[in-house]
Amino acid sequence: MAKAKVKKVFLDSLGKQNPVFAQVLGICSTLAVTNVLKNTLVMTMGVVFVTALSNFTVSLMRKVIPSRVRMMVETLIIASYVIIVEIALKAFVPDIWRQLGPYVGLIITNCIIMGRAEAFALSNPAGISLVDGLASGIGYAYVLLIIAFFRELMGSGTIWGYQVMGSWWTNWSIMVMPPGAFFMLAVFIWIVKGLLLTHEEKKS
Amino acid sequence: MNSAVYPLAVFFAAVFTNNILLANYLGMCSFLSVSRELKTSVGLGAAVTFVMATTSLLNWLVYHYILLPLDLDYLRFIVFIVVIAAFVQLVEMIIERVSETLYAALGIFLPLITVNCAILGVCLFMVIRDYDLLSSFTFGLGSGIGWFLAILAMAGIRQKLARARVPRGLEGAGITLIITGMMALAFMGFTGMIKL
Repeated sequence: MAKAKVKKVFLDSLGKQNPVFAQVLGICSTLAVTNVLKNTLVMTMGVVFVTALSNFTVSLMRKVIPSRVRMMVETLIIASYVIIVEIALKAFVPDIWRQLGPYVGLIITNCIIMGRAEAFALSNPAGISLVDGLASGIGYAYVLLIIAFFRELMGSGTIWGYQVMGSWWTNWSIMVMPPGAFFMLAVFIWIVKGLLLTHEEKKS
Repeated sequence: MNSAVYPLAVFFAAVFTNNILLANYLGMCSFLSVSRELKTSVGLGAAVTFVMATTSLLNWLVYHYILLPLDLDYLRFIVFIVVIAAFVQLVEMIIERVSETLYAALGIFLPLITVNCAILGVCLFMVIRDYDLLSSFTFGLGSGIGWFLAILAMAGIRQKLARARVPRGLEGAGITLIITGMMALAFMGFTGMIKL
């Protein structure tokens, strides 16, 4: 039974309950970095790490946190993990760290992490909370990586910094600018929701 | 740039060219969920502007007089978020005592603000761009007003949109994001007005 539950939690976060397109949460801090694939990967890895471990920690501590101050305690737990991420990035990939700027710190206020801690970790044991955090993080990561892939491809004609489009390609500079991120995410949500809706209609 | 004009330039840049929401994507969560009605948008916008302006001031003081001398730069995330949360709590208690009507209008939005990424974002930008005290304040105020402007415009558009027919699958978040994109496009017209 435990195994089935783990599987369900995992798949829900990737699909139906995906934090980005089903709940539209936590897009704030990471839309900004999706114009380059490499930065997005680093950023989302940070988010996965923080989501998983903060969920785990909150779950371990759920019986000792007084409910009045629980938001504050959760925020502090999340902030500690974000500091770890920041220091690690600064040490190992200083270039990317500089480009990400304040957005690494803004993982703290990413609503997904807080949302998972509130909705899941507070009422579930530690093991499954770790899985849930991991799955939400990955569900979030892959959507952003898809968006980053298209934004970099269309905006600069490159993937992972390598030129893939020939000389015939004209860069859509709008894609690497802020409006491009909004349009891209909207189109992505549109496609996914459209597919889900037709799928449900067929079933019923 | 002339040092007397600089804080003013920062203010206008924060409202128009570097709008915290439309150019830096911050504060999207509450922007998407609260912009349905004009009245609540005004309440939240006012609360955000107020908290942003004061916390950027407070955090500047904390950062330059406590964190830097003690060489605790890496603790700034935790310290900033605690300052913001404590300040919001304080304001909530004061408003509750002082004015019933103000509390009814703003009170419910205050807890939301602690986790609003725009507030923390302003404080982090202020550190990275190395603003002085006055510029930090005008930056916070300007960003708040810029956010206010964006959510107000969005609420107005969404009220009209309630009667429009939106393609299937695009209702809700999708169409709001597209409108936000168009607004960002419009605000890009301000680029070049002020260079920072």
